Amino acid sequence: MDARKEGEPTPMKNRTTVDRTSDREIVVTRTIDGPARIVWEAFTKPELFKRWWVPKSFGMSLLTCELDVRAGGSYRLVFRHADAGTMAFFGRYLEVTPHSRIVWTNDEGEGEGSVTTATFEEKGGATRLVLHDLYPSKEALDAGIGATEGMPETMDQLNELVVSLRTKQ
Amino acid sequence: MPAAVRVYILNYMVQYIGPRLDASFAALSDPTRRGVLEQLGRSDASITDLAQKFHMTLTGMKKHVGILEEAGLVTTEKIGRVRTCRLGTRRLEDEMAWLERYRQLWEARFDELDTVVQELKKKERIDGRAKRR
Repeated sequence: MDARKEGEPTPMKNRTTVDRTSDREIVVTRTIDGPARIVWEAFTKPELFKRWWVPKSFGMSLLTCELDVRAGGSYRLVFRHADAGTMAFFGRYLEVTPHSRIVWTNDEGEGEGSVTTATFEEKGGATRLVLHDLYPSKEALDAGIGATEGMPETMDQLNELVVSLRTKQ
Repeated sequence: MPAAVRVYILNYMVQYIGPRLDASFAALSDPTRRGVLEQLGRSDASITDLAQKFHMTLTGMKKHVGILEEAGLVTTEKIGRVRTCRLGTRRLEDEMAWLERYRQLWEARFDELDTVVQELKKKERIDGRAKRR
């Protein structure tokens, strides 16, 4: 039974889906209740972008947020994390079509990074967002997914810690 | 930004699922056992094959495989007189858990994006009214 009273506004909660669509691809989708031009603004204006890209629950803050949103332009994000110190994420915009499509590279890792394509489809005043991540190889995507392989150093440290705790017991 | 996601997931693992991973980490703390996993990643192998490859006694290898099996990293199956080892299903479970964390990360982001978009919509309406006046 629906506990909500009639006449009360239905809370709009759109579902986020994540699918591994192939060995090298991950696709994230979500519908945002607003026209594409506004969602676009939130993606491309640093002062707006920094408000949602790093939700409060992450325990991180964004120190630097430079977005030069045009084909060939670059972006740079610097996060501060309580445990991990600062981390920089950067890359280039490969394709920018206002209100409809942005393609950027993720260059912070070792070797070739993934390429993200964000598309904005407006329908009835709402925007369906599709974020498509294409990795250079299956191995690169697996490395991101496999916690132990993706974070060798951190995992080694965690491992050492766990082992030392166990030997103390 | 995959690397940011990784840090976020690490946080989660340490806080919530870390204790459950003890067995896995203990199993992975030994270089021979890591070598065995690497080997099984390439192809299934019998305990005898593995013992030979790692210059060990059969008993020694059985012990290592037992620890990996307990941690869910390896499964074994005895066919006739040969016990064949292969990578366990843990990898798949890890991947599913990762995808779910990834989804939650994006959900948190999109929820905040919703707030920003609602604010901009409201502002547009107010600005629109002001212009019409």
